[in-house]
Amino acid sequence: MSSRVLMKGNEVIAEAAIRAGCRHYFGYPITPQTEIMNYMARRMKDVDGTMVQAESEIAAINMVYGAAAAGARVMTTSSSPGISLKQEGFSYIAGAELPAVVVNIVRCGPGLGGILPAQGDYFQATKGGGHGDYKNIVLAPASVQELYELTVEAFNLADKYRMLVMILGDGTLGQMMEPVSYRDAEQIETVEKPWHVCGTKDKRQHRTVQSIYIDPDDLEALNDKLQAKYRTVEKQDTMVEMIGCEDAEIIITAFGTSSRISRNVLRLADDLGIKVGMIRPITLWPFPSEAIMEAAAADSVKSFLDIELNAGQMLEDVRLAVNGRKPVHFLGRTGGNLPTQKEIIEKIRTIAGR
Amino acid sequence: MTDFSIIIAGFGGQGILSAGIIVATAALFEGREVSWFPSYGPEMRGGTANCSVVISDQVIGSPVINDTDVLIALTGPSMKKFARHVKSGGLIIIDSSLVKDVPERDDILFFPIPASKIASEMGNMTFAAITLLGCLGAHTESYQRESFEKALYEALPQRHHHLIPEEMKAYDQGAAFQEVVLTPEAIKAVTCKTVR
Repeated sequence: MSSRVLMKGNEVIAEAAIRAGCRHYFGYPITPQTEIMNYMARRMKDVDGTMVQAESEIAAINMVYGAAAAGARVMTTSSSPGISLKQEGFSYIAGAELPAVVVNIVRCGPGLGGILPAQGDYFQATKGGGHGDYKNIVLAPASVQELYELTVEAFNLADKYRMLVMILGDGTLGQMMEPVSYRDAEQIETVEKPWHVCGTKDKRQHRTVQSIYIDPDDLEALNDKLQAKYRTVEKQDTMVEMIGCEDAEIIITAFGTSSRISRNVLRLADDLGIKVGMIRPITLWPFPSEAIMEAAAADSVKSFLDIELNAGQMLEDVRLAVNGRKPVHFLGRTGGNLPTQKEIIEKIRTIAGR
Repeated sequence: MTDFSIIIAGFGGQGILSAGIIVATAALFEGREVSWFPSYGPEMRGGTANCSVVISDQVIGSPVINDTDVLIALTGPSMKKFARHVKSGGLIIIDSSLVKDVPERDDILFFPIPASKIASEMGNMTFAAITLLGCLGAHTESYQRESFEKALYEALPQRHHHLIPEEMKAYDQGAAFQEVVLTPEAIKAVTCKTVR
């Protein structure tokens, strides 16, 4: 590992992508993630890569589709309203089984909303967003160092499964600076892409990359294949961090920025004599249901507290995993506001009854 | 040191965001964990700018601060906005050339420093923020002078490096100021120093 340098989250995403072998970036500017594009504009020429400012978000995602079909490591980035525009493309990429990386530095909604941090796109990211039965792998970094690690991982996972991998950050993570230390060289897992379209040179049969299947049996076969793949991802690549969950009385569930705020609260609660642990999903899909199920089964655990920058979205997945065994409480803020440590501590005291 | 927090606030062009980056870089050189978070909301267009820096010996929880250990205010409105968020026993450092108000608090350490006046006398207005950071370095455990100087070389573009020896003189001037106890006489003295 190299020495630690202070960098902005957005710039780290761009640098990590380039280190992971991404040589094609297509985007359209939107706050709070435009620094990714700025960085790509500066750096891509050094590595013989391509950065295109597309005419719209929809154009950008379709450029991603094209580059991925041609076998390239490719990325687009945007923020909430722009990500909504890209959803059709996500569904086509899923149907055509193409590897691609998308970053959503979430801002507050709905509509044009505001530019401050939020987590209101959880449902859209994890439950589809576009049409049809498909899944994207969704990674939820909580620090600038993790933005680096998970961006590299995103490219490896995308190639491994021929899937779209989304990094779900928020304005806080994109805009903040923290130390990051880069590896000297990345572990780039190169995968053969015998399906990619690169010109036959009259030497072989042509290949097609498509998401249209008119024959119902063909389309059902594709759906079965996708579902089997999704089960494999669930089994092999679910990631979660458990903090102080042994003998915890209350377990906080939180991801990304809300997990950062909650991390301080664990110490404060300890001072009050209330044992609070935290389960932090790193993959939002596949969701770490098993970790939560196991915690819910523990005698020491009396209840859960889900904390999000939205009106309660991951909350539904937590409740499904807890399955009624223990009460699941919720604390959320919207509009770009963040819950304060004081608010969280008050909530914990109310739940604990002291 | 656990999550020691600093808010630097003023208006765009005073070097607020850069000052925060220099603070974070200096603390990083001391082997600490750091985070820097800028205001990036729509209020930037109206001209205000602020950033939060957290310094810690352990993994930093939230980079977003509600209650701060230190406030460095370079404008009156930013002092008014953030003074109530300073923890009891915390520091309020102001550029008393620009901020004519005093905080309505008797449980904090107050450092009024005529930073803009000092900078103006040195012939470079960007030194004002550096002067205030000298006070921060001298009166807290945020960073040592050497780390701060190193951070300037790291954070500033090469074309400004020839200014750094001068900037360190501004730093030393800021470091020499002592706390002012908020008596009516002291308040008068602070407000009289104001350059309109």
